[in-house]
Amino acid sequence: MINKRRSTIVLFGLLTAAALIGPSPAGADDETSEPVAEPPKVELVLDVSGSMRARDIDGRSRISVAQQAFNEVVDALPDETQLGIRVLGATYQGKDKKQGCLDTQQIVPVGPVDRTQAKAAVAGLRPTGFTPVGLALRSAAQDLGTGSTARRIVLITDGEDTCAPPDPCEVARELAAQGTRLVVDTLGLAPDEKVRKQLLCIAGATGGTYTAAQSADELTGRIKQLVDRARDTYTATPAVVGGGAACQGAPLLAPGVYSDREAFSEHRWYRVPVRPGQELRASVSVALDRPVNPDYGVLLRATAPDGRELVRGVDAGSGRTDVVSAGLRWSAAEEEDDDGPSPEPSPGAEQAVRTVCLVVSNSFAAKPGTQTQPGMPVELTVDVVAASPAPDGPDLGRGWVLLLLLTLAGLLTGLVAGLLTRWWVHTWRVN
Amino acid sequence: MRTLIRAAAATTAVGLALTPAAALAAPSPSPGATTVTKAGTSFLTATTVTAGQPVQVGASTGDHLYWSFRADAGQVHEITATVTFPKRRTGASTWTVDVFDGLRRRQACTAGAQTPTADAAATSVALGCTLRRVRPWAEPWSGDPLPGTYYVRLSVTDLPEPDLGLPVEVEMLVGATDEGGASGDDGELAAPLVPNTRAGTVLAAEPTPEPVAEEETDLTGWLPDAGSRWVWTGVGGVLAAVAGVVGFALTRRPRRG
Repeated sequence: MINKRRSTIVLFGLLTAAALIGPSPAGADDETSEPVAEPPKVELVLDVSGSMRARDIDGRSRISVAQQAFNEVVDALPDETQLGIRVLGATYQGKDKKQGCLDTQQIVPVGPVDRTQAKAAVAGLRPTGFTPVGLALRSAAQDLGTGSTARRIVLITDGEDTCAPPDPCEVARELAAQGTRLVVDTLGLAPDEKVRKQLLCIAGATGGTYTAAQSADELTGRIKQLVDRARDTYTATPAVVGGGAACQGAPLLAPGVYSDREAFSEHRWYRVPVRPGQELRASVSVALDRPVNPDYGVLLRATAPDGRELVRGVDAGSGRTDVVSAGLRWSAAEEEDDDGPSPEPSPGAEQAVRTVCLVVSNSFAAKPGTQTQPGMPVELTVDVVAASPAPDGPDLGRGWVLLLLLTLAGLLTGLVAGLLTRWWVHTWRVN
Repeated sequence: MRTLIRAAAATTAVGLALTPAAALAAPSPSPGATTVTKAGTSFLTATTVTAGQPVQVGASTGDHLYWSFRADAGQVHEITATVTFPKRRTGASTWTVDVFDGLRRRQACTAGAQTPTADAAATSVALGCTLRRVRPWAEPWSGDPLPGTYYVRLSVTDLPEPDLGLPVEVEMLVGATDEGGASGDDGELAAPLVPNTRAGTVLAAEPTPEPVAEEETDLTGWLPDAGSRWVWTGVGGVLAAVAGVVGFALTRRPRRG
C-alpha cells in the first residue's frame, strides 16, 4: 500500500516537473504546425464551350465523355475531400464576345459533396459558348479561398482560350505568385498543338501536370488520380518568406520549409542561427516554371556574416526538368579553434550563437520573350541538428581477418613459448 | 602436430565461409509487399516506399514522379524502373532516373542505365541506378551518401513536344542489400539526413544564448556496439590467448602413452 502510494507521488512529481520544464523548442515547432484542420480542396473546371460537341472520343461527344468521367469521380470521391465544380462557356449562346467571355459559373460549391446534386448539375450541361479559361481560373482560385494548405484545380478543356486577355498562362503565373499554394493540373481533350502549348504553360507555371486524354478511361483515371493526390499531398505547404538583398537584414529562419521567389540572376539572402555543437543543413530547389535556355544551374552558399564562404552546394543540368536542387551541411564545431579573434572570450558567454548567412543564386537564362517577373519559385529547407563530430582514429581493428591473424599470432607465440620452455627444461635437467 | 594442422584448417575454413560474397543481384520485390500505386510530384510530396516494395503507377509523359525511401549505413541500393508506352509516339525520347539525398544533393549512380533513350517504335524502356554504399559518417563538407531519406525522380528529359501528355505506365523498385558488410568507416551521424518538412517560422530576433544541456550519462552509452572495433579486437585478444595456450599445450610431451 505504502509502495503504491509512494510510486503515485513520484509519478505525480515527475509529471509536474515535466509540465514546469515545458516543451522543448522542437516541441513548440510541432505545435505551430499541428495537423491542419482544413480538408483537402479541389475544384474541377470544365470547359462547356461549343467545341465540346465534337464526337471524336471513341465515337462519343467530348462533353458526354467528360460527364461520365465526372460521375465516376464524384462516386469515388474520398469522404474528407471537398470538391467544387466550375464550368465555363455553359450558358451564353449569343455572339457578343465581350459578354461570352464572362460566362463562367460555379455549379457545385467547394464543400462536402452531395453526390446526387453534383451529378444532376453535371448531367444538365450542354455545350454552348466561348472559352474564357483565364477568367475561370481566377474565379476558381477565389472559390477555393485562401488557407494554409495546398489547393488543386483540375482544368479540363478541349479548346484554346478564345477570350485573352487575360491570357490563361499569365493568370496561372499570377495565381501561383500570390502566395497561396495553388496547383493547376490540366487535361486536354483535343490533340491540338495550340491547346497543348497553352495547357503546358498553365501546368508549368503552377507546378501542375498536363495530360492528353484521348479516351473516357484515361480521363476518368487521371481525374481520380489527381483528386487522390490532392488528398495525399495538400498539407505539404511551406511558409512564405522574402529573402533579403544582403546578409544584413535578411530574414532569420528557424528550421522548416520556406518558399520564396527569385528572378533571373538575383541573389536571395537568409540567416540561420547556429549554436556551437550544432550542424546546419540547408537545401534549395529552384523551379523552372517558364521556358529557359537548356543549360542552367543553382548555387547555395553558406557564408559567415563577414562574407567568408563556409561551404557551398551546387547543381547544374541541361534539358527538361522541373526543379534544380542543391544542398549543404555545415557544423560550427571545427571552426572554433582557428577562429582567432573570438568575439568576447569572457567566461560567462559560453554559448555564443553564430549566425550563418545562406545565399541562393541561379544561372538560368531566359529565352527571348520570357517574363522575368515574378521570379521563379524557390523552396528552401533549413534544419539545425546536433553536429556529428569526426570519429577518433581507428586504434583498434575489426573484421574476420583480424581475428584470424590474432589467433595465428597467439598460436605461434604459444608454440614458440612451449618449445623454448621444453628446451630450457631439457638443458636444466642435463645440467 | 596433426591436431595443430586440423585446427588451422578449420579456422581458415570458418574465415572463408564468413567472408561475404560481394555480388549484387538485381532487386526483386520482397514477398508479401504491397504494391504502391502512387507517386508524388515534388520533393515535399514524394511518396514513401520501402526497399522491396514494388511501385506501379499510371502517369502522363512529362510528369516528374517522386518517391522517397529510407537508407541505413552499410546498405547499397539499386533502383530499377520500367516505363511502358501504350500509345504511339512521334519520336525518340530520353528518360532519366535521378537520385537525391535528404539534402536534395544529386547522388551518383555507380551502375545502371540512368538516362536511356527510347526509339519512336519502342514499347518500353528500362532504367536503372545503383547507388554508392551508404557511409555511417562523413565530413559536413563532403557529398558522400549518408543514412537518411533518399529521393528518386523519374522524368523525361528530351522528347518531341507533341508527345507530352501521352499516357505511360511506370514500374519502379528499390532494392537494398547490406551484403559486403559495414564499410571500414567509423563514426556516426548524430541525426540522419531526414529533411524537416514542417512549415518554417521566421524568427523576430536572434535567439538568446542557451546553456548546453548536460550530456545524459547512460550506462548503455558506454557499452560498445556489437560490431565496433572494441568488440572485434577484444574477441581477437581472447582468441589469441586461447590459441597461445593451445599452442603451448601442443608442444608438451604427452605424460603417458
